[in-house]
Amino acid sequence: MNGIATGTHSPAPGAAPAGRMIAAQAALELRMALRHGEQLLLTVVIPTLLLVLFSGVDIVDLPVDGGERVDFVAPGVLALAVLSTAFTGQAIATGFERRYGVLKRLGSSPLPRWGLMTAKTAAVVGVEVLQVALLSAVAFALGWSPEGNGAVVALLLVVGTAAFSGLGLLMAGTLRAEATLAAANLVFVLLLLGGGVVVPLERFPQAAQDVLALLPVTALSDGLRAVLQHGAGVPWTELGILTAWAVVALTAAARFFRWE
Amino acid sequence: MHEKAAVEVAGLVKRYGGTTAVDGLDLTVEHGTVTAVLGPNGAGKTTTVEICEGYRKPDAGTVRVLGLDPVADGAALRPRIGVMLQSGGVYPGVRAGEMLRHMAALYAHPLDVDALVERLGLGSCGRTAYRRLSGGQQQRLALAMAVVGRPELVFLDEPTAGLDPQARRATWDLVRELRADGVGCVLTTHHMDEAEELADAVAIVDAGRVVAHGSPGELCRGGAENTLRFSGRPGLDLASLLRALPPRTGAEEVAPGAYRLHGTVDPQLIATVTSWCAQNGVLPDRIAVERRTLEDVFLELTGKELRS
Repeated sequence: MNGIATGTHSPAPGAAPAGRMIAAQAALELRMALRHGEQLLLTVVIPTLLLVLFSGVDIVDLPVDGGERVDFVAPGVLALAVLSTAFTGQAIATGFERRYGVLKRLGSSPLPRWGLMTAKTAAVVGVEVLQVALLSAVAFALGWSPEGNGAVVALLLVVGTAAFSGLGLLMAGTLRAEATLAAANLVFVLLLLGGGVVVPLERFPQAAQDVLALLPVTALSDGLRAVLQHGAGVPWTELGILTAWAVVALTAAARFFRWE
Repeated sequence: MHEKAAVEVAGLVKRYGGTTAVDGLDLTVEHGTVTAVLGPNGAGKTTTVEICEGYRKPDAGTVRVLGLDPVADGAALRPRIGVMLQSGGVYPGVRAGEMLRHMAALYAHPLDVDALVERLGLGSCGRTAYRRLSGGQQQRLALAMAVVGRPELVFLDEPTAGLDPQARRATWDLVRELRADGVGCVLTTHHMDEAEELADAVAIVDAGRVVAHGSPGELCRGGAENTLRFSGRPGLDLASLLRALPPRTGAEEVAPGAYRLHGTVDPQLIATVTSWCAQNGVLPDRIAVERRTLEDVFLELTGKELRS
């Protein structure tokens, strides 16, 4: 270990410009997400497998309306991709960042909290862009022929991301990291089965359908399906349900999130 | 250049539920000095430091760091301080160089990351994830993260806890370099040798209060006195010796032929003792001056062992 020239540590304090801090934080979070094996299983492997499996094999009877099975499955899998990244992945990662004092340590750095949250959102959106690109490519290879307006699809994905991020951060900021890990995975599986992702909602009893339709993942997959499978305009009901979830979850997360 | 001290804490109180972690603590840290906050576990060291870092609000008292309120002026203060937490603070899956480069990107004029990695012996960590680094490597990374932004003042919470002696010395060297370059340093420790070795000022904390404050030398000199031991033939006439010594000096034969004097042990006292021995035909053997250590000071002040 060599000495270092006198004057090296002479104080020269100052924060980097906010844009540079946020870009650096977002890039770091994105790299961590893409490097994390279990997260990739949730965000990439499971949605891709479900897309291929349910599009190709007649496991459940799907309402295809004269189209291909993939036309029903692809919108649901896109909703699942948003769920896996914005909710499950973010909840688990943030829960452990809180547990290991990463959030605390960043709290005494020049990066402001709003900057950290902006960077986390950017990283989530970055992963989602990669997911949508990959899943769309696979779906097209399986004969997908999407309808509708791309801007409406993007709007649904953004509001869905806001709702799931709020729920994920609420969980990460209030529960112990291990509890978050278990609960986030459990919720992922339950919503995968009961949220109209690959199993049509019509398979459930009417009373259950009424409740399940209010889940954010159901609203997102049904909304995406209305546009991409049936060429609908703006699915206001589903958009309204997602917006309500987003407002409630983000407000609660902002109110109850504990940084340590 | 600076009118005020780097850290000014007055009457600080912090309670957690029914327990009072900090109970009327006063602390002043001068610019560019190393101040050690010394005390046993649970004394309130970490709570005090984390209040200075802006992590929590005091229940009472005032805190100013670089003239700023750590909570209300946090955005202005944070770029100017460096923080090393007692543990953690790093993504489990991140690589050492990657984390340090990231911290550097948050500051306007950071240190050269490669030189700092080399300086702290983290170059060998390469692509290893943080959670697989040794405890010492993790500590050094946390230290590097505290200094990479070229702060005016660093807070190091037990920077050498759990380190082997070699790694401790390397950390001490870095603290000395910081001080030489004008960076102030507040460190908590329960190693008195660390405080004696590094600190310009020591604040001894117990039960949420500063029970003594001063330079290591002042603390060890003040209050109770030092000890002189020597051996000679058994049964010396201590009454005669005491008549030759200044008032309030004590003498006893703790074991046959083993003598202990306590009082102000200065060169004059040693000269008086040896000349008395010469007059009495005694060959004093194994003369030893025992200076008080901070550990003794702490024990006297609180009745507790420092590393309890």
